[in-house]
Amino acid sequence: MASPTTERSFPKPEFTGAEAGLLEFPSSKSRTYNYFKPAKLRSTMYEDVTVDVQPDPDRHLTQGWIYGFGDGPGGYPKEWTALRSTDWHTFLDPNEEWEQTILRNNANVVRQIQLNLNNAKKAGAYKNWSTSWTRFVEKHLGAWMHAEHGLGMHVFLSEQRSAPTNMINNAIAVNSTHKLRFAQDLALYNLDLSESDIDFDGKIHRQTWHGDPVWQGVRENVERLTAIGDWAESLFAANVIFESLVGVLFRSHLVMQVAARNGDYVTPALVGAGENDYDRDQRYTRVLFRMLTADENHGEHNKALLSEWLSRWVPLSVRAAHELQPIWSQPHEKVMTFADSWAAAADGFRTFLADLDLPEPKELSL
Amino acid sequence: MSRQSMSKAHKKITELSWEPTFATPAKRFGTDYTFDKAPKKDPLKQILRSYFPMEEEKDNRVFGAMDGAIRGNMFRQVQERWMEWQKLFLSIIPFPEISAARAMPMAIDAVPNPEIHNGLAVQMIDEVRHSTIQMNLKRLYMNHYIDPAGFDMTEKAFANNYAGTIGRQFGEGFITGDAITAANIYLTVVAETAFTNTLFVAMPSEAAANGDYLLPTVFHSVQSDESRHISNGYSILLMALADEDNRKLLERDLRYAWWNNHCVVDAAIGTFIEYGSKDRRKDRDSYAEMWQRWIYDDYYRSYLIPLEKYGLVIPHDLVERAWERINHGFYVHRVAQFFATGWPVNYWRIDPMTDDDFEWFEHKYPGWYNQFGKWWEAYARLSKPNGHKPIAFEEVGYQYPHRCWTCMVPCLIREDMVTDKVDDQWRTYCSETCHWTDTVAFRPEYEGRATPNMGRLTGKREWETLHHGQDLADIVKELGYVRDDGNTLIPQPHLDLDDPKKLWTLDNLRGIEFSSPNVLLNQMSDEEREAHVAAYKANPNVTPSVA
Repeated sequence: MASPTTERSFPKPEFTGAEAGLLEFPSSKSRTYNYFKPAKLRSTMYEDVTVDVQPDPDRHLTQGWIYGFGDGPGGYPKEWTALRSTDWHTFLDPNEEWEQTILRNNANVVRQIQLNLNNAKKAGAYKNWSTSWTRFVEKHLGAWMHAEHGLGMHVFLSEQRSAPTNMINNAIAVNSTHKLRFAQDLALYNLDLSESDIDFDGKIHRQTWHGDPVWQGVRENVERLTAIGDWAESLFAANVIFESLVGVLFRSHLVMQVAARNGDYVTPALVGAGENDYDRDQRYTRVLFRMLTADENHGEHNKALLSEWLSRWVPLSVRAAHELQPIWSQPHEKVMTFADSWAAAADGFRTFLADLDLPEPKELSL
Repeated sequence: MSRQSMSKAHKKITELSWEPTFATPAKRFGTDYTFDKAPKKDPLKQILRSYFPMEEEKDNRVFGAMDGAIRGNMFRQVQERWMEWQKLFLSIIPFPEISAARAMPMAIDAVPNPEIHNGLAVQMIDEVRHSTIQMNLKRLYMNHYIDPAGFDMTEKAFANNYAGTIGRQFGEGFITGDAITAANIYLTVVAETAFTNTLFVAMPSEAAANGDYLLPTVFHSVQSDESRHISNGYSILLMALADEDNRKLLERDLRYAWWNNHCVVDAAIGTFIEYGSKDRRKDRDSYAEMWQRWIYDDYYRSYLIPLEKYGLVIPHDLVERAWERINHGFYVHRVAQFFATGWPVNYWRIDPMTDDDFEWFEHKYPGWYNQFGKWWEAYARLSKPNGHKPIAFEEVGYQYPHRCWTCMVPCLIREDMVTDKVDDQWRTYCSETCHWTDTVAFRPEYEGRATPNMGRLTGKREWETLHHGQDLADIVKELGYVRDDGNTLIPQPHLDLDDPKKLWTLDNLRGIEFSSPNVLLNQMSDEEREAHVAAYKANPNVTPSVA
């Protein structure tokens, strides 16, 4: 028999007729956000959930920023970069990232990677690897995950506090997310390999990153990127220069080319996900810096400054890339020479610079 | 992922960080706190491989509910009284959310601990999620609720409205000033750990009682991320406590953060819950009762007090004072009355209170009717345009309040108001603590110690100053709070949309001059000011009975 319970009351549903279209009155059909001008005739979901969420005294913010730093203004000062824009709000992320795209894309990637790794384990895929390839993966792919992590945690994550609009900061936040996820993908792959029945040293990646001479140029480049105070300079030096000359060189023009010939069909799937991330991140980077070099009032100033930044950062990345050269000869099957890979990476960089209307820096041919 | 493999995977990803030797990360944001490299753990072992599918699943549920709400025509049964306040709430909240994402690098800069960095990075992604999912919820309301006006100009209104500015502290406070004060104590230890309970749990339950089950769907999904953020904040707090030199700063910051959160969040959420609801069951919790459960018991007694044994000085007096203000000082009710007084410069409509509301308020807050009843009767009487002015400009025994320079909520518990000449300007503060915040805490020196990283109170902090001496119609037009016929106001002091004659227009506001209490205060002689302040503090501000 059921025991008596305390009597509870419940809110009663009531039909209120508060649905759209039931009455006509002024603004009864005003069903679009009307405080910004969309890029096309109708605003996209991305614009609706992103534009003007970070206010700006140059737009609608009337009382100004109500907190300041001890040594300067608060909010999002435009002076936090030496680049200038007639209207920073013109930038819209071509990837249109908002929470749904971020979670769906990244969830798809990690699910696919997990499936690949599970299948590889079941199929004993690593048993066919040559010793030289195993050494290559444990050391060099292992070292690379640190570069991805460093960029994600201390370059992009840091920058997304500093740009003057929500659209720029969100695009950079997604970039940071990509890097952190990819670094973890590589680390967990490394863990899987350590636990497989092949002879794989899951610890040597740290030693390689810290001490192997071929990696010290890359490590120096990454560490110096984290030390830049100007958010746009670090974004430019990372995404335009380092990624083109070192990231794409290593991921696309080495690992993706040689893995299959060395009996490894697992690594390219993983690294390919990282390349796909960079494609997306390169897209927003291109649009942002193109906007700045094409700025009718500040284009020349920006081009001059970006050229200075090229002179400052290209030599570091060129050196980092060239110091990696010895690892091209380490896999048993050598598909590409370093010269071929470098030429492909440098070509990609030149194309990127041409898109941005920036001249090729002389330092590229050093 | 199994628990065991999760632990192993988490251990593995800690190998990703390293000690730099060529250059160290730029310190864009400083702190006066000091940290040792204490090996603090991330107890929640956050890994992106499990995080993304989990969040995607949460998202799918949210979007499924949204589709269901539209197909089932939820808006047939939502209370307009409730939805109108969402125009204010949802204009504010996406900014604090995205500010929390922006605050993460500040905490990362300050705290030398890679495991905590990892947790903070995941929090950054959460916060981008929260901000955009809330903007999307508002978009859905705009598309399907009967009156989209106010939702349609949401971020502009947030940026130019007095109430938006009050809310903006809950956002700017996360990203400015000392990195630990902002991104840890104010954001995580107080705002997220204490006040998201009333924001994201108590308020959604009231939404459901008013026919809106989408707000709970979205905000409970948001709240389910908060436990990870609370864990991040707790770890940093324990690290800070490990250094004796931080104790004074922690005491300062906890006092500021607690009091500011109370002033701002209780003002807003208390009003939404008490004055946005049509649910007047006597056994439904009042805001004061919710506050006792979520803030006093769950936060203060269960989270804060146990930290005393680690040397944290808890602001017991301020917790008790907040409790007093909410339970016996009618804090929330005074704020709601102020919002309703200011209706012409809002971008939402405010429903008059009825006899059912009066009865409920008196039951929950004895003495309510004597303080507020006659005023709300006057509000109802003056709600339709009929040759009179808006209530703020009619003689109903209500003196428009001074604004607190610090928290920007007006000085509504009048006897507590503090007046002081600070930085060459006469300023008013709602309380001793807000006065202390401006004059002592947010300064480059604290108790003889240099605090160069502490933030500053800046900006045009009294909203009324911007519009002093202007015609009310011009102000409203300039702010953009006008409907698409170019004359009818977005704000209305009632919910009646069926007859255009009942809607206030710019014409009804023409010829009314708007004044700033702070400008007037600064124009007074010393004697005038002293007399004015004494009278202000003594004024019970009660509407007399209509003869």
